Parts: sequence; structure tokens; C-alpha cells
Amino acid sequence: MSDVILSMRGITKTFPGVKALDNVNFDVRQGEIHALVGENGAGKSTLMKVLSGIYPHGDYEGQIIYQGKECRFREIADSEKAGIVIIHQELALIPFLSIAENIFLGNERHSFGVIDWGKTRAEAQKLLETVGLSESPNTLVTDIGVGKQQLVEIAKALSKEVQLLILDEPTATLNENDSDKLLKLLLRFKEQGISSILISHKLNEVERVADSITILRDGKTIETLDCTTGEINEDQIIRGMVGRDLTNRFPRRGAKIGEVILEVRDWTVRHPLHENRTVVDKANLTLRRGEVLGIAGLMGSGRTELAMSLFGQSYGRDITGQAFIRGAQADLSTVNKAIDAGLAYVTEDRKTYGLVLDEDVKNNITLVNLEEVSNSHIIDQNKEIHLANEYRGKFNIKCSNILQKTVNLSGGNQQKVVLSKWLFAGPDILILDEPTRGIDVGAKYEIYVIINKLAEEGKGVIVISSELPEILGLCDRIYVMSEGKVAGELNAAEASQEKIMRYIL
Amino acid sequence: MSSIIKAFKANVRQYGMLIALIVIMLFFEIITQGILLKPLNITNLVLQNSYILIMAIGMLLVIVAGHIDLSVGSICAFIGSTAAVMMVQYHVNAAVTVIACLILGALIGAWQGFWVAYIKIPSFIVTLAGMLVFRGLTLVMLQGLSVGPFPKEFQMISSGFIPDFLGNGEFHLTTMLIAVLFLAAVIFFDIRARRKRIEYGFDVPPFGVFLLRNAGICAAVLFICWLLASYKGLPNVLIILFALTVIYAFITTQTVTGRRIYALGGNEKAAKLSGVKTKRLVLLTFANLGLLSALAGLVFAARLNVATPKAGTGFELDVIAACFIGGASATGGVGTVIGAIIGALVMGVMNNGMSIMGIGIDWQQAIKGMVLLLAVFFDVYNKSKN
Repeated sequence: MSDVILSMRGITKTFPGVKALDNVNFDVRQGEIHALVGENGAGKSTLMKVLSGIYPHGDYEGQIIYQGKECRFREIADSEKAGIVIIHQELALIPFLSIAENIFLGNERHSFGVIDWGKTRAEAQKLLETVGLSESPNTLVTDIGVGKQQLVEIAKALSKEVQLLILDEPTATLNENDSDKLLKLLLRFKEQGISSILISHKLNEVERVADSITILRDGKTIETLDCTTGEINEDQIIRGMVGRDLTNRFPRRGAKIGEVILEVRDWTVRHPLHENRTVVDKANLTLRRGEVLGIAGLMGSGRTELAMSLFGQSYGRDITGQAFIRGAQADLSTVNKAIDAGLAYVTEDRKTYGLVLDEDVKNNITLVNLEEVSNSHIIDQNKEIHLANEYRGKFNIKCSNILQKTVNLSGGNQQKVVLSKWLFAGPDILILDEPTRGIDVGAKYEIYVIINKLAEEGKGVIVISSELPEILGLCDRIYVMSEGKVAGELNAAEASQEKIMRYIL
Repeated sequence: MSSIIKAFKANVRQYGMLIALIVIMLFFEIITQGILLKPLNITNLVLQNSYILIMAIGMLLVIVAGHIDLSVGSICAFIGSTAAVMMVQYHVNAAVTVIACLILGALIGAWQGFWVAYIKIPSFIVTLAGMLVFRGLTLVMLQGLSVGPFPKEFQMISSGFIPDFLGNGEFHLTTMLIAVLFLAAVIFFDIRARRKRIEYGFDVPPFGVFLLRNAGICAAVLFICWLLASYKGLPNVLIILFALTVIYAFITTQTVTGRRIYALGGNEKAAKLSGVKTKRLVLLTFANLGLLSALAGLVFAARLNVATPKAGTGFELDVIAACFIGGASATGGVGTVIGAIIGALVMGVMNNGMSIMGIGIDWQQAIKGMVLLLAVFFDVYNKSKN
């Protein structure tokens, strides 16, 4: 094919213990919109990081052929010089600089180091017209919404004379109107001969604009579909995304489901910074004793926000709605009240919200419930060591001893410390947010066993996860969240990945 | 023997600064031809540094909680001037004055803590403002003059020594008696802790190490007390200092509040999600430092026997340096009270030793600065090696 602009051949990238990309092949033709789809963790972002030089040449195996030449990008500036620009999901704009300053950041219009403001503004103005943004170039980026910020990013890319534009979930945080504008812009670029790679979870968008679709799963290319020749339907894409072997990855459990332990009604939460954004919208859920309840949905669909706002209003503002625990209305307005009510929240981000990394295993385990190991405020060190050792044994935490700092443990063992910490608080209701993120298969299985045991002991467990197989393998009942709403409820017996995906998208 | 060496190696980081302090003391002892450890000089060393040591204890908690306080020197001066005005101009009783000043100090600290914890203004800015405010208020209070002298009983805080019931006026026997009683208590508690650990089936350091450590503590305490006893005995302020060190070392290592301060400084978000009342705790650490700064201000004023507008200038830097030399982390969550005390002593011994050698204040500053940088460098280097 002579019109191929980019060809990635046999790309393999390994992280310690994980093969993130395994012999991936990926071709983009001149002037097409090529969609890259796959589950969270399938390797989409990693592949794009290889392409843009964030992982430098030599860090991966395989070849990148761009415009007929083999490229060896050592840093992001190299790929930008070649006309490849990546726009990340989290925008990389400086909030307190103006739009014009942001557009030309690192690429300033200047003579002898002195910025030429006239030229900067005039060129910025022209670029803003191109992307259809009617704002003054002097406006500060912090004063415009996310949708407009996205357009500023694109204007910035255009200023670098982009040939190949990579967008990583550009519409994830946009409303429908802004998404629509953005997609139209991509179609216009296509006419001008600019190629785009679009990473997206929204298959309806993909269907609408893409010329080709490449599906990644577990770091491998599954297939590339050509949308110009044949009819493509969503089922076909979904099957490619999720189809994998599911045998024996989850321990068995005999569910003994009891009475309702937690009920949430009309739970509504607004974004802590953007008052007008509703992140959880009238969510309702019930949880029973002995039940493992799954919450599926994309990142940003309101899962974590729901959990954290329930747990002592740790997230969001203007929280309304009611929570009933064991039938009585519960006051969950502070973390301490939530803990006293029997709630525990195991965070998805254990390094930021879960562990005090500089402290040892013992201190982390006992932090939530120091009363248990102290007499009139004075800690009984011996009792503490004894109990910490008990948890270490029970959950098979691999550390040299309980006085080892948690920063030096592996991800799986860190997760077990966080779990121990919350179990030490003696909760009835556990909310586990992405409990197996970033840990290896063996440790995952151990965590599943712990979850099952907790349910058998009569606790109510909520598992939030982006991995559908995990949700399906563990849970008795599943809620699917989408754009802040509980979009659907499925019983384990009737649930399938396809059905969940339907609710998500 | 090999087990002793192993235990020593494992603890070399913990005892690193202590060893450095001893080396520095030996160095100056030799270079000053024995003046450093003369009984009179040791007494002076304690008196000269007592206020820095008192504040270092409070500062350590603030630094562990992840903050900083630049205003302690100004608070010292402000409290000193308040005490002076109360006692000298209004003839208020010394005991009443001390209590009022301590309460005032705690309130000042709480005030600053409020801005840091609840309004979320960085502590650097809040206390920089406090540094200016309280320096200014000191000038207002004293109207630019020095106010003194103080009543005798107030001066005793700094210049007094414990009375000698037993001695003959030559050698202060009561001091030695207190030292022996203290050591008996230390050994008693150490043995008890060791028994408890064995009862639980935990590993304990080999008996040789246990013996060696206790022998070392005994030798050091007896030696220092013998030096002090051959002059005028234990200074009152050393008793205060000692009590504070024991109390705060206990709070930081053995109590729930202490543990939570470390968690707060190590990872505020995680601590908050674990039910730690982070705001209240930050306010508490600042209020506590305010209280200790007030005490230091009183001790300093009593020592000079006059309150001056310039009192306490630059104290904050010595106090902060002491904490960092003693192994505290600038990002919070790491540090010990004993470390801060040792850090302050390192600074104090260097000041004293260099003064005896006749090195000018200009070079002293430069050398102290380099020592601070080196001490923290070793800490960072050690960490990166692990």
C-alpha cells in the first residue's frame, strides 16, 4: 500500500512482570481516521506512548515506519518534529497562561528569545478560527470549559504542523454537543489530508467517523476492520474486545445472601470544582449481607465518585440523597461517622489514598483502628505487633517483616496491606474500588479468595471494576453506571460482557 | 560478638547523628585543649541552648505533620516582652505571669494553626506573616526599649540550680543522686519491656547488645552529671528540658495522637480517609509549638534578665536546622524528638566550640550552613542507597 503513512511492526513492550504489548502491528493510511479500541489495560495508551516517543527507542522491540522511513524517537520532541502530535486524556495545558501562550508553549514565536506578541496573537487567532473556537487568545485557559480546552489542545497541535493527530479518549469528559463539534472537526481535518488516530470507548462515535478500526486485547492486535468496504456493527467490535478464556480464574463460592444491609436512594453528587457538573445522578442501590455486588462502568462514569461520596463525603459537593444501613437512616457526613457505621472504602489509588508509604506495614494496618491496640490513648506496641503479624499471616503479605516500609512492597502486597487495614477496622460493608488494579494474576486470585471469604462471613461487599471478566467472575449482582447514572442492573445468571457493554455505551 | 556487630550495623543510621555529635564533641574537646568539657562550660552549653532545644521539640511535631513555622523567634520575643511589661511595669506576680504567657503562646500557635489547617493557607506564608506581626507587636509592647530587670524568682527559671540537700558545697551530691535514680528507672523499664517482648515471643536484641546499650547510657549520664555536679549542680532549665524530652518522645512514639501526626505528615489524603481528623491535628501541633515557643521566650528573657526588641532574632532558623540535622524530612512524616534534640546539640556544641576557638560569627554561620547541608545530604544519600 503506497498510501500508508504509519506502520508499526511487531511492537513489544514489557514492564517488570507484565507484557503490555505483544507483537502489535498497526497501520494508518494517509488521510484516514483510524480508531483504536479495546478494554482498559488492553495496551492502547502504551502503544501510543511508544509511537510518540514517551517510551524512547530501545525501550521496546519492533519498528516504526513513518512516511516511508524508519523512525527512532528518543523523546516526545522528536515525534512532534516529524508531525506526530498526541493529545492526552488529561489535558496538558497550563491553567494560568492565556490560550495564545498555551498554543505556542515550547514553540514560541520569538526573535532572539524575545516573544513577538503581535505574531503570537495573530497566529493564535487564525488557529482558533480553524478549530472553530470563538474566544480571545488572551483568555486564560482556566476560564474556559473542558470542551474548549480540548479545542485549544488541537489548535496547539495544528501550530506544530501536525500530520498525524492522536487523540486519547477526547470525548470522555465532553458533553454531547462538544463531542459532536470535535468529531466534525476531525472529519474536516481528514479532508485536508491530516490523519488521526482516535482512541475511544464510545463505539457509536467510532462507527460514525472511523475509516478503519483496530481492536487490541491483552496487548495483542486482534483484528483491523475496514469500515469503507463493509458494514461494521457494534457487536462485532465488542466481541473482538472482550472475547477471552474465562476458565478457572475465579474461585468458587456458595452464596448465602441475607437481608439488606445497605440501601442508597437518589444519591446525587456534584463535581467539587465545576458546580454545574453532576457526577452522580440520582443513583439507587441495595446491598445484602453475604452478597458481592459489582459496579461496572468506564472511568469517569461516577463509580468512584459514588463510593467516595458515600464514605464520609470524601468527594464532591452538594451531596443529596439518603443512605440506610440495616434499615435505619445513616449519617455518613464524615469519614469517622462512616467508619462507625460499619463502612470501609478501599481506594483504587492505593499510593495516594490508601497507604502512608513511608510507614511500615504494622503502622498502616492499625491506623484506622488504633483504639483496638491502645489503652487510654497509649499504644500497646506488643499487642500491635502481634495483631499485625496475624494479618500478615492470614493474608499472606510477603514482606521481610512487619516493620518493612510499605513503599518497598509489590503492588499486590501493598493491596493486601490496604485490605488488612480496613478489615482491622471491623466493617460490615466493604467498598473495594478496583481491588486488583496493577497487580499480577497470582495476587489477583488471592484477593478474590479474600473477597469470597468476606461475603461468606456475612459482610456486604461492593466491587468496582473496569475489568468485565472480574465483575462477571466475582459478583452475584451487577449495577452498570454510565454518565453518573445507574444505567442497568443485571443478575449474575443473566449477565454477559456484551450485555454490560450495551449499558455502558 | 558477630551478632553485636550486626545489630550495630542495622542501627548505624539511627545512631548516626549521635555518633556524629560525640565525634564533634571529641574534636572540640581536643582542639580547645579540654575547655569544652569543663564543668562551667557544660553548664553554659545547656543554658545557652535550652531555648533552642525547647522549640526544636515543638518544631519537630510541626515538621512531621508536613508544615513549617517561621514565627517562633518572634513569638519568643513577643512573649518575653509581654512578661517583662506584666512583671516590671504592672508588678504582676511571676507565677501568674508565666501561666498567662504560656496560655497566650498556645493561643498564638492555635491562631496560626487555624489559618493553616482550616483556611488552607500554606504554613510558610502564615508563619512568615506571624514572624512580622509578632516582631512588630514586640516593638509596640516595649516601645523600642529594653525592659528589666525581673524579680528574683523569675530569673531562677534560667539561672537557678536545684538546691543541694546533701552536699558540702564543694560537690553537688543531690545531682548525682538524681542521676542514679533516673538510671535505675531507665534500666527497670528497659528490662520490663524486654521481658514483655520475650513473653510475646518476639525477637529481642542479643543480651550483649542490651547490656552494652544500657552501660553506654549509664556512662554518658553519669559523666555529664558528674561534670555538672562539680560546678553548681543541675540547672533548673535542664530539668524542664529533660521532662519535655521524655514527655514528647513518649507522645510521638507511644500514643495514638503521635502515631496519627506521623500518618498525617506521611500522606494526608490517606490519613483523612482513615478517619484521622487532620485539620484538628494540624491546629494542635501549631498550638503546641506556640506553647513551647512561649516557654522558650520566658527562659530566654529570664536568662538575659531583660526583654529586648531584638530578642530571638534568627532563632527560627536554628530551630528548623536542628530538626533537619536530626533526620526530619522536609516533606513530612519522618523525624524523631531525640533526633531533633541531637540536631540542636550538634549546632550548640559547634557554636560553643567555635566561639572558644575564637572563630568569628561570620565564619561560624558559614560553617553551620555547610553542616546542615552535609547532614541532610547524608540522609538523602543513605535513603537512595537503600
